[in-house]
Amino acid sequence: MTYEKMPDLSLAQTGEKGRKKPLPVWVIYLLPSLLIFALFTIYPFLKTVVTSFFATSTTGEMTKFVGLQNYIDLFTNANYLQSLGTTFLYTLLTVPLTVILSLLLAVLSAQDRPGMGVFRTIFSSTMGISVAAGSVFWNLLFHPTAGLLNQVVQWMGGKPIGWLTDTHYAIFAISAVSIWMNLGFSYLVLMGGLKNIDDSHYESVEIVGGGFFYRLRKVTIPLISPSLFFVFTTSLINAFQSFGLIDMLTSGGPNNTTNLMVYKLYQDAFVNFRFGSASAQGIILFLLILLISQLQTKLTERLVTYQ
Amino acid sequence: MSKIEIRDLTKSYDGKINILEGIDLDVNEGEFYVLVGPSGCGKSTLLRIIAGLEQITAGTLKIDGQVANQMLPKDRNLSMVFQNYALYPHMTVKDNILFGLDVRKVPKDEQLRRLDEAAEMLGLSQYLKRKPRELSGGQRQRVALARSVCSQSPICLMDEPLSNLDAKLRGQMRNEIRRLQKQLGLTVIYVTHDQVEAMTMGDRIMVLHGGKIQQTGTPLELYNCPANTFVAGFIGSPQMNLCQAKLTEQGLVLENDLVIPLTLEERRNLPQGTRWQIGVRAEQIEPASPAQEGTCLVYAASTEMMGNETQVLFRVGDVLFTARWAGQYMIDPGQRLHIRLSADDFHFFDLDKGSLVRPALHIKGQAALTA
Repeated sequence: MTYEKMPDLSLAQTGEKGRKKPLPVWVIYLLPSLLIFALFTIYPFLKTVVTSFFATSTTGEMTKFVGLQNYIDLFTNANYLQSLGTTFLYTLLTVPLTVILSLLLAVLSAQDRPGMGVFRTIFSSTMGISVAAGSVFWNLLFHPTAGLLNQVVQWMGGKPIGWLTDTHYAIFAISAVSIWMNLGFSYLVLMGGLKNIDDSHYESVEIVGGGFFYRLRKVTIPLISPSLFFVFTTSLINAFQSFGLIDMLTSGGPNNTTNLMVYKLYQDAFVNFRFGSASAQGIILFLLILLISQLQTKLTERLVTYQ
Repeated sequence: MSKIEIRDLTKSYDGKINILEGIDLDVNEGEFYVLVGPSGCGKSTLLRIIAGLEQITAGTLKIDGQVANQMLPKDRNLSMVFQNYALYPHMTVKDNILFGLDVRKVPKDEQLRRLDEAAEMLGLSQYLKRKPRELSGGQRQRVALARSVCSQSPICLMDEPLSNLDAKLRGQMRNEIRRLQKQLGLTVIYVTHDQVEAMTMGDRIMVLHGGKIQQTGTPLELYNCPANTFVAGFIGSPQMNLCQAKLTEQGLVLENDLVIPLTLEERRNLPQGTRWQIGVRAEQIEPASPAQEGTCLVYAASTEMMGNETQVLFRVGDVLFTARWAGQYMIDPGQRLHIRLSADDFHFFDLDKGSLVRPALHIKGQAALTA
């Protein structure tokens, strides 16, 4: 059908000059995605920007223009500042470790030896596990009495630890789960990068007699720098947007020590119905991610070589 | 004592099929040794075995008289130029050339001295700060060569180094590599599938096919006296004309189609038997005038005009023959051609085994060589 209609359109376009120009064909092709993008991304975004300058009712109606008051309130709110700090800590804990661990696993399992396929499947398997399922699984492991982790701790002669309920441990427990969850994806991307490296690059090293670390430093890491950069950036953005794990495992507790920015935003909007403040938080988060990813791009630009 | 010595080498990946079988090889110091053969003949594998990048299944490899079967690549004191050059895109030309010298603990000032020398030798001095992607194919090739030069290893292994270059550049680089090798006195083992490269560059050549040695020798030995039909067909361009021949009363009958009259002398010179495979080089088939005696009549299939010479194609039975005549011949397809063929110019091969029974008695141009 499309084949038959296409020439008609183009004829109409070129043949009838003088009349009003019909829409170019490409607009028709772009329209579906543009509509969806506008409806679900641009409109909500603009609406959020506007809402963030208003006081709102519990049903979300904008009642009064308050200017920057929502923002000012946030930056003087100890809870919000704590959430901000927690998010940074969480990012620092998860992103570097995810990247380093997945790189290590990828390098170790990149060689073509019999049985490597099994390891590759295991290492990338967390990609196929949903956050909900993973959280349930870890919830069982973290269980104060029945959980495997505490059984191990007790067996080794320690006292049971409140992994998700102790303010000292919760953020680390959450970070560990997050690293475990994101490892699969990072691993897969880095493995793809490694597999792209031509064997002759390694063989050159072999001939001059460079060891494992020489090879890693001089060849492997520089040659997969685009993949590393990609993994680093997406991990960073993911860390700032973490929600599912928190919701399933700690609900921001204990004592707000795992209350990451997105979770707090969610609570303010849909539990406390303070849509103005939540909108302002959304905008802050957006600017923060924009700033950090830009900063990161600028800083690492030098180190990334595209072939 | 030869620099590299291989005795009865076998290579197999799965223990069943031999990639290489019964390989013997002697490369002398300062020699340019070419391994040539079609894709999949095992030539690259053999080179990689010498480099230590592949394990030997059976047999011995000696380098400088020492058994090197289990020696690590770094201890073999050799350099290698890869087909894709193995340049690192994140390093400058300078760092690429000096790659690996830090591992070998060459002092900084010595590195720079070698860099200057190699860059000068290969005309890279002005490109040292660039990245490989900013270089042309030929320049990248030079960087790879410069890396080899800088390593100052006495043995250099090259794995189809010119196959990514265009024809003109290839011709240029052939000369350059040869010059470099002479100048530095390098022992080079050079892998190629291009018989022109083998002929023009090699001091000696090994022709490989199906993992077995077909023939080793100097370029002219291979050209003048091919050990079997494979070498005969592989070395030389255009390809040697190969077909079946039968001895009869009238003369030699090619493919049951073309009768080549024989003089008494030619008949005497024939090897024993009545049926062979014969091979004749394109330049040995000469144009003749209808009046001459002992000529044959064929019909032109097509011609390829080169300007300085004309290649005339004609059918003998089902086989397409090529004749190569100096000068410009205007010949239409289907036109009658008188040609002269002498059985003395034929290589005779065993009909079943394909091995050489009697080489050609005259080689065109051989007189010029000795003159």
